[in-house]
Amino acid sequence: MIRLENIERTFQVGDEQVYALRQINLTVRVGEYLSIMGPSGSGKSTLLNILGLLDRPDKGVYHLDGRDATHLDDRPQAELRRHKIGFIFQFFHLIPRLTATENVELPLTLAGVAPAERKQRVMAALAELGLADRARHRPDQLSGGQRQRVAIARATIMRPALILADEPTGNLDRASGQEVIQTIEALNAQGMTIVMVTHDPELGGRTRRQVRMNDGRIAHDSGADDEK
Amino acid sequence: MFLRDTITLSLQAVISHRLRSFLTALGIAVGIAAVVLLTSLGEGIHRYVLAEFTQFGTNLIGITPGRTSTTGFSGGVISNVRPLSLADALALEKLPRVLAAVPVVQGNAEVKSETRSRRTYVFGVGSDTPLVWQFRVAQGRFLPGDDPRTARAFVVLGSKVKTELFGSVNPLGRRLRIGNEQYRIMGVMASKGQLLGFDLDDAVYIPAGRALALFNRESLMEIDLLYAEGSRSEEIARRARQLLIARHGAEDFTIITQDQMLDVLGSVLNILTLAVGALGGISLLVGGVGILTIMTISVNERTAEIGLLRAVGADRRQVLGLFICEAVVLAGIGGIAGLVIGAGGAWLLGQVVPALPTHTSWSYVVFAELLAVFIGLLAGVLPARHAARLDPIEALRAE
Repeated sequence: MIRLENIERTFQVGDEQVYALRQINLTVRVGEYLSIMGPSGSGKSTLLNILGLLDRPDKGVYHLDGRDATHLDDRPQAELRRHKIGFIFQFFHLIPRLTATENVELPLTLAGVAPAERKQRVMAALAELGLADRARHRPDQLSGGQRQRVAIARATIMRPALILADEPTGNLDRASGQEVIQTIEALNAQGMTIVMVTHDPELGGRTRRQVRMNDGRIAHDSGADDEK
Repeated sequence: MFLRDTITLSLQAVISHRLRSFLTALGIAVGIAAVVLLTSLGEGIHRYVLAEFTQFGTNLIGITPGRTSTTGFSGGVISNVRPLSLADALALEKLPRVLAAVPVVQGNAEVKSETRSRRTYVFGVGSDTPLVWQFRVAQGRFLPGDDPRTARAFVVLGSKVKTELFGSVNPLGRRLRIGNEQYRIMGVMASKGQLLGFDLDDAVYIPAGRALALFNRESLMEIDLLYAEGSRSEEIARRARQLLIARHGAEDFTIITQDQMLDVLGSVLNILTLAVGALGGISLLVGGVGILTIMTISVNERTAEIGLLRAVGADRRQVLGLFICEAVVLAGIGGIAGLVIGAGGAWLLGQVVPALPTHTSWSYVVFAELLAVFIGLLAGVLPARHAARLDPIEALRAE
């Protein structure tokens, strides 16, 4: 599913070059459930952004689904994000003026799916996540857990193969966090590959594979599921 | 992505900031209203002036003696201009499809009744004048159809001259002294009003032949031809030209058709309308700056949203399109509001001040609306490009 070879990413801070990632080699197979942990500034978010095609590595090669995705132009890159990748953010990133339905519908709208099919798919997705009665609510009328589940519905509406989650429970209370994690694990059970960045050791402990980062390097990798 | 969805998303964004969008659209609305109102006034004046000029009828051809053209000969050789004579007028009248020919001589003379006298215009004309100039006789009759060379001494008064000389007394049949000759009053014209400083009511009308003698002139000042409805003015003008060349031996006269004159007048008035429209366009420009400002603010505020759009699969072009569309929707809404205000204002003005001519020309209206949309497009491009170029990671980090 994912193959990273010798990925490096540097940022210019003042006149200093700061390494966010150095010599990252990582292979993730289809259906894995993987967490990336590490202290702030260890490069885990940068890694997630590169995986999500929001950022480009300065060196190295990124293969996504058997295809070299390192040097794609804007449009094919957007195309890949749209169809292969779903994002879940710590702060949900729902558009406040749109209803739950419209927020979930957004990727379909951007992809140019016909309105009738969109409505059907969105309703099904919301129902699956127990949000059918919240379809016409705006984000500010929803609880944190509900918002994150709307965001998950949005991330999965295109049936992507890869879900990238950045601290998905970081902004939730314990109970809703639990719910959200169960939802994500259910997606994994359906065959979606999950890569989750988290601070929370408890959350990290739930995943089958754990990658620990430090100072831009992979400090520890528990190994792919099937190698255990 | 469907255009309909782009517009829906833009509309939702516009509606979510009601007051702000309202004020921004108001800027464009005021601009469009100004354009529509000013061009309505311009167009109204256009029509008003043309109506003034066509009050003598439209199927007219004017022939004046002399010719304005430059030749290689010295002035002495070509100054053999023959006068336009009454006989010319009679000959022209016999042309096919010409209904009437009116010879015109005009001058200034003392006109005396038994008790009062007044210096006024004296028009020497033919008997068909009311028909050709669309000039109504209020009392009595117009000059009889005598042979113009030996016409009897009758006079018809303009309405103002009648009031000044006779007050409310019926002047028909009374005598009037013009120059040294006695005239008998045949009729009184209805009021016609002024045209370019000529007060047709402050004038008396006598046969052209007598006027030539009165003013000691050889040539008529003008011959006005009225041709039948449905004839082409160029065709009649061509025939009249041929006839006069045959009679004079050279083209020593000038023919101007009413059509030509109206064309010239119309183009001048069109420029006037365009000029006032451009004045309104300045306020439209200001409205455009308003949209630019609000869109810039909007892009800055919605940085996180732009990041999200990129994350869920929007490419730069789609982000660009969404924000441009938003600016165009704002401008379009403002434009439609402006149209209603402008056209309504013009109509109201016409109702309240009937003397003020207004006419809303729909071609200008459509142009104004397109202009509004175009301004929205222009104003949207810069902020939208900024939005499209945002780094999605930076954008997502903004909260």
